[in-house]
Amino acid sequence: MTTEAAPEGPLALQRKDFVTGQEVRWCPGCGDYSILAQMQKLMPDLGVPREDIVFISGIGCSSRLPYYMNTYGFHSIHGRAPTIATGLRVMNQDLKVLVVTGDGDGLSIGGNHLIHVMRRNVDITIVLFNNRIYGLTKGQYSPTSESGKRTKSSPMGAVDTPLHPLSVAISAEASFVARSLDIDQKHLIGTIERAARHKGTSFIEVYQNCNVFNDGAFMEFADKAVRSDRTVRLEHGRPMLFGKELEKGIRLNGTTPEVVTLGNGVSESDLWVHDETREDPVLSFILSRMHWPDCPEPMGVIRAVERPTYEALVQQQVDEAIERQGEGDLDALFMEGDSWTVE
Amino acid sequence: MSTEDGRRRSNAGTDQIEELDRVTIRFAGDSGDGMQLAGLQFTTTSAMFGNDVATVPDFPAEIRAPAGSIPGVSSFQVSFSSHDIHTPGDQPDVLVVMNPAALKAHLGDLPKGGLLIVNTDEFTESNLRKALYAENPLDGDSLDGYRLVKVPVGSMNARALADSGLNAKQIDRSKNSFALGLMFWLYERSLETTIHWFEEKFARNPEVRDANIATLKAGYNFGETAELFPVRYHVAKADLAPGRYRNITGNAATALGFLAASKLADRPLFYGSYPITPASDILHELSRFKNFGVKTFQAEDEIAAIGSAIGASFGGFLGLTGTSGPGLALKSEALGLAVMVELPLVVAMVQRSGPSTGMPTKTDQADLLQVLFGRNGESPVAVVAPATPAECFEYAIEAFRLALTHMTPTVFLSDGYLGTGSEPWRVPRADELPRIEVKFAKDPDTFNPYDRDPETLARPWATPGTPGLEHRLGGLEKADITGNVSYDGDNHEKMTRLRAEKVARIANDIPELEVTGDESGDLLVLGWGSTYGANLSAVLRAREQGLSVSFAHLRYLNPFPLNLGDVIARFDQVLIPELNLGQLAMLVRSRYLVDAASLNKVTGRPFLIAEVEAKIHELVGSKVKV
Repeated sequence: MTTEAAPEGPLALQRKDFVTGQEVRWCPGCGDYSILAQMQKLMPDLGVPREDIVFISGIGCSSRLPYYMNTYGFHSIHGRAPTIATGLRVMNQDLKVLVVTGDGDGLSIGGNHLIHVMRRNVDITIVLFNNRIYGLTKGQYSPTSESGKRTKSSPMGAVDTPLHPLSVAISAEASFVARSLDIDQKHLIGTIERAARHKGTSFIEVYQNCNVFNDGAFMEFADKAVRSDRTVRLEHGRPMLFGKELEKGIRLNGTTPEVVTLGNGVSESDLWVHDETREDPVLSFILSRMHWPDCPEPMGVIRAVERPTYEALVQQQVDEAIERQGEGDLDALFMEGDSWTVE
Repeated sequence: MSTEDGRRRSNAGTDQIEELDRVTIRFAGDSGDGMQLAGLQFTTTSAMFGNDVATVPDFPAEIRAPAGSIPGVSSFQVSFSSHDIHTPGDQPDVLVVMNPAALKAHLGDLPKGGLLIVNTDEFTESNLRKALYAENPLDGDSLDGYRLVKVPVGSMNARALADSGLNAKQIDRSKNSFALGLMFWLYERSLETTIHWFEEKFARNPEVRDANIATLKAGYNFGETAELFPVRYHVAKADLAPGRYRNITGNAATALGFLAASKLADRPLFYGSYPITPASDILHELSRFKNFGVKTFQAEDEIAAIGSAIGASFGGFLGLTGTSGPGLALKSEALGLAVMVELPLVVAMVQRSGPSTGMPTKTDQADLLQVLFGRNGESPVAVVAPATPAECFEYAIEAFRLALTHMTPTVFLSDGYLGTGSEPWRVPRADELPRIEVKFAKDPDTFNPYDRDPETLARPWATPGTPGLEHRLGGLEKADITGNVSYDGDNHEKMTRLRAEKVARIANDIPELEVTGDESGDLLVLGWGSTYGANLSAVLRAREQGLSVSFAHLRYLNPFPLNLGDVIARFDQVLIPELNLGQLAMLVRSRYLVDAASLNKVTGRPFLIAEVEAKIHELVGSKVKV
């Protein structure tokens, strides 16, 4: 626990203070390198002492990240990182806890924990690296792989229907939901920073390229040459504009988003204005289902609402119990109920 | 005493008192009939009077199995005595049955000549059919060998409460109190404790409170006036060690022990758990202790329960999870993680009949090998096992002492019989309990995550929030000293042996095994867990009969006490009674190369003393010295 008050603003730490001596073992060219770099770069700016930061992960390529962050870290077992994070945060609310997971770790084997940690609103940041493939086990389809995907374990194509990670998060009552892209460094660091500063569970899906087993999975819209036309940057309170010249926008037709070009009687005032703080999750959910090629892929904060954290409510009950009953007295408790004395 | 006609009943009646050493009563009825409540009240009253008591409940896994059916029968057995007793009794002396199904399910346990008290009102055609009786057993001669007493409990209760203002259904729910009142009269017990309990329990529902008190008294008075019983019975106070006592179930004692451990170690307690029979009461109890700073977490599943507890341990707190057999199976991978990261986690494991869902409310000791070996890789954990319900308190503390001192996951191995059974607990004073020393790493200059204490081999506990000690834990094999990831084969062998040796050295920190009886002889009965009472009682009886039999009880199952091999070697034969098919026997045979005999039982019920006694006679009975 911190004994000194954490300074507001940046500490006298630099990115190199967050680099460990461990050799980074991801494949050359992996999107994980970029995410790690942004994470190390962000840490000094968070204003949290290094000893109060904890990275917790499960199993998979993404889950190696804690070894490369010079903070406290726990590389646990497959899918279970949110459970360890919950126990730790409930007992020590001074810590900044980040969970690093992937589409297999978080949505397949650990799907149950992921939804429950979000509904409880434990104050942790979950970064889910979505590469739509199992990398560490060498190339099987994942719960986010597109239907029909041919992999080693689906030579005739996967017959599964994929999950939309952001839809899962919204349905699980996550109070902060966002998406970013491994190669969009500025957007990525900005999104992680906002998530890390959110009070409650923050969930970020990061589209991450696996150049060995699923190369180019997102290039159709992530490639720099087409990105501005095929993704839309969400900004709170602003109409949803995209395109090189911001000449296109999203209009809501009932519950169906549609792409329109400005001009010819269509103006910005016709566009869908993004409201990330809207309590009703219906519009967030619509955003979570927008995908290229029907629509540009939304990037940024989809939802950011305030509600009490789980650990604060747990603590509140402890405080209330002490106020009502007084600090627990073991001897009195031992003698609770009917007792008698033998002389 | 006098009655309305002024005649003193002194003939066959109520003034005749017979002294007994010990009585065992079983209350049996439909699961909605309140048999657990009646049994518990009889227990508390007898304990407060000064008897030694021991109880065992038996109830269906279903909350409300079809009313009147045999699977829906619930029972509670209480044994009370004027001397020290170790079990709730092999067989009841008295069987109280509230309906035909209860009679059908339990009559087989009542010895001939036993007192059988039957609520005749429920012996209707439809109830007889549900209990699979072709004819009413109260009419024929099938019950001739018992001292049958027919009491119309339902209608007597209804008459007593006619003016209570309650409806017929509510009135019927009080009939257990009528039966209880009758038993209180028969065994000369005061109504005071139960009346007080009703006053507290139903303080906000005065009609129900008054009805229960009224019918309790009516049952008592009925005993006095009805001339159904030729004598009343007296069981004198037991000669218990001086001190303050309360009656306690094993699960309640377990929860208090963990709470006490938190105070003794001066670290807050975290309990992560998923509801499971018969361990849920530990969760219920601990969640009441919020004003002690205890935080309980009802997790989404068994894995989250242990994961969260590991998170708490990582943070420097007392991480605790609890479960039963199927839940432990789900927790195994995470328990292996705790072995690898060498954190002081405690798992409270309350066994029930398996495999799979098995018989959730029935007891069993068949998870010993799961606890010891049910993980991938060489994965040693420390294991302690209490012998009696009250002892659960002491061994819950001991589990944390070992976990914290030796930086190892530790399993507290109980079972359904201990967890739900009860006995008087001699209540300690909190300041008499020994403190548990907890050390945290602080110094960045000397810190290495997998450095070890030279004596115990425990690694340092360095918790998030400590400046300069940032390090990474995980399930991958650790390099010696540094704790970095290592795939080096020689390092893996070294670490595997270190983890094993660390747990083995706990043997230096636990008491030696004690022997009850002679230090050597023809036969050693060796037990563990909840078989303690039956084993001890059987050995004491055999010794009275002149047999050369001694008894030893293991409370530490990993590591074993250092002298176990020596103790075994001093006897010609070893008998290991277990509620499984021979799990401790397998360990003892392989470790000490001894041809140990087994007595095994997996009916979901504890051993009877007579069963152990018969086995002792089978092995060494011919050697009786005349």
